[in-house]
Amino acid sequence: MGRKAIIEVKDLEVRYGDAVIFKDVNFKVYEGEIFVILGGSGCGKSTLLKSMIGLLNPHAGRILVDGDEVIAEDDDALKIILAKIGVLYQSAALFGSMTVAQNVALPIEEYTSLKKDAVDMLVKMKLGLVSLDGYGNHLPSELSGGMKKRAGLARAMALNPKILFFDEPSAGLDPITSAELDNLLLHLNRTLGTTMVIVTHELDSIFTVASRIIMLDKKAKGMIAEGDPRYLRDHSQNAFVKQFFNRRA
Amino acid sequence: MDSSNAGSLMEDLSHYFSKNPPGNLTVDMENVTYLDDFGALVLVELRKIVVKGNGDFNLRHPGEKIREMLMFLRFDSLFKKVSFEKKRRQGVFVRLGEKTYDILADIKYAISFIGAITLSLGQHLVHPRLLRREDTLDYMKKTGVDGLPIVALISFLMGLIMAFMSSVQLEQFGANIYVASLVGLSMTRELGPIMTAIIVAGRSGSAFAAEIGTMKISEEVDALFTMGFDPVGFLVIPKLIAAIVMVPILALFSDIFAISGGLLVGVFMLDLTAGAYVAQTINTLTLFDVFWGVFKSGIFGLLITLVGCLKGFQVSGGAASVGQATTSAVVSSIFLIILFDSIFSVILRYTG
Repeated sequence: MGRKAIIEVKDLEVRYGDAVIFKDVNFKVYEGEIFVILGGSGCGKSTLLKSMIGLLNPHAGRILVDGDEVIAEDDDALKIILAKIGVLYQSAALFGSMTVAQNVALPIEEYTSLKKDAVDMLVKMKLGLVSLDGYGNHLPSELSGGMKKRAGLARAMALNPKILFFDEPSAGLDPITSAELDNLLLHLNRTLGTTMVIVTHELDSIFTVASRIIMLDKKAKGMIAEGDPRYLRDHSQNAFVKQFFNRRA
Repeated sequence: MDSSNAGSLMEDLSHYFSKNPPGNLTVDMENVTYLDDFGALVLVELRKIVVKGNGDFNLRHPGEKIREMLMFLRFDSLFKKVSFEKKRRQGVFVRLGEKTYDILADIKYAISFIGAITLSLGQHLVHPRLLRREDTLDYMKKTGVDGLPIVALISFLMGLIMAFMSSVQLEQFGANIYVASLVGLSMTRELGPIMTAIIVAGRSGSAFAAEIGTMKISEEVDALFTMGFDPVGFLVIPKLIAAIVMVPILALFSDIFAISGGLLVGVFMLDLTAGAYVAQTINTLTLFDVFWGVFKSGIFGLLITLVGCLKGFQVSGGAASVGQATTSAVVSSIFLIILFDSIFSVILRYTG
């Protein structure tokens, strides 16, 4: 694995009104790794994710995605960054009025010059990658939770982005479906080399997929740990980190 | 090669091969280290061209990773043309039958909905404490107070226009004073209640449908049910009471503002005195006219709430369904308002 940093977050500070959510957050995500953002409820994980994908303008700091600044970019520059990333939202955010195939085809039709036949073939391949063969003509409301997530993943991967962001991918899934999703992520990471940034609390999932993690804390208003999750579980000196990995109240 | 140039590469290749049809084609993959589904798509297209010309298509020396990716994508089975077109449209009789079933189901649902509301109203009469007072007051404010400015403005302009248009004709006969009768009578008995009801249908009927529809898709209605609340009593009754009380009051305001509009034209264009105009209006109108308008408005309020809430409860699926319900609530309400107004006119003609 190359050690080229694909995302760099420098001195990031986010506030809501006057309240500081976190500050002095510094980390790098390297190309091809599965990077997990952890923390208790309300510590700003989702806020950090939103800042990284340009949905939220932080109070201070810099975020570089593949060498380009996300913050304060003009719309055209931000579009170039957005073409390099895909996002799977917690509720999958599939468009309810379109079929699954239309959802996946939407970005492909918009951003490539492929013909209709080729787009359909590609959509079939994408749906095959996430094991949703035969569901192209279904509406999102006809799918189960796990299938919606996979359809959302197929849409996020439509243009084979360099980086995929996931907001709580296993929330609301049963353990088997959740484990299947983990395997799918590992497989896609290995075959396509996609860098993945995941926000989650699922401990099992973290130990299965994460190459590296950072942990945010509400009280410390910032990062309290960074590194290999297995190492941190066994060797971290921080009380909160120990509690988190060992599920103690 | 990636998503941005796969399209043009494929075009170039098919252009080239259409001029130089290949017999057999072997693609040397020895130095290919990375392949994604856009790359595989190009191979699929190439294979299609070769197979069409009855040639053989081969990949030479694909690496371990490439083979894995191609297997993952099931490259060997990607022969058939894929199409995600929706199923072919059914024949006209099938569609007619389906539509009929839909309408029957809608009627059935509407009847059971009205039944549920009647039941819930009965319970509220027996136990008035069941009524959610704060919600009711809130809806009264939203439907009535917040709607007053637009109702007043539109009614005022309606009175103004009506007086202006009728004066052109009546002036020829020196019957200027009858402008007051015409405006007063037509607004109080017909146009005031109808205009008010149409505005309320647009403002509040749509809001009722959207609110309940959104609650339905975010499972809030289910949550009410499982917490032991009656969703109809909780969501419909406060709106129903608010509308039945507020629409007649709005209609009264509408009458007053329309008459003021007419008065303005009468005084400034027709040389009538304000006193004469008002006296003529009072002379023409009977108390029955006013009450008849108020009564009709109450019925219109009832219709608007019933339709808005019914459409809201019928929402299923996603965001598009909420939009559809809102549109349909407004259109159906306006249709029912006009229909019931016609029925009332006929009743009045044969009884009054």
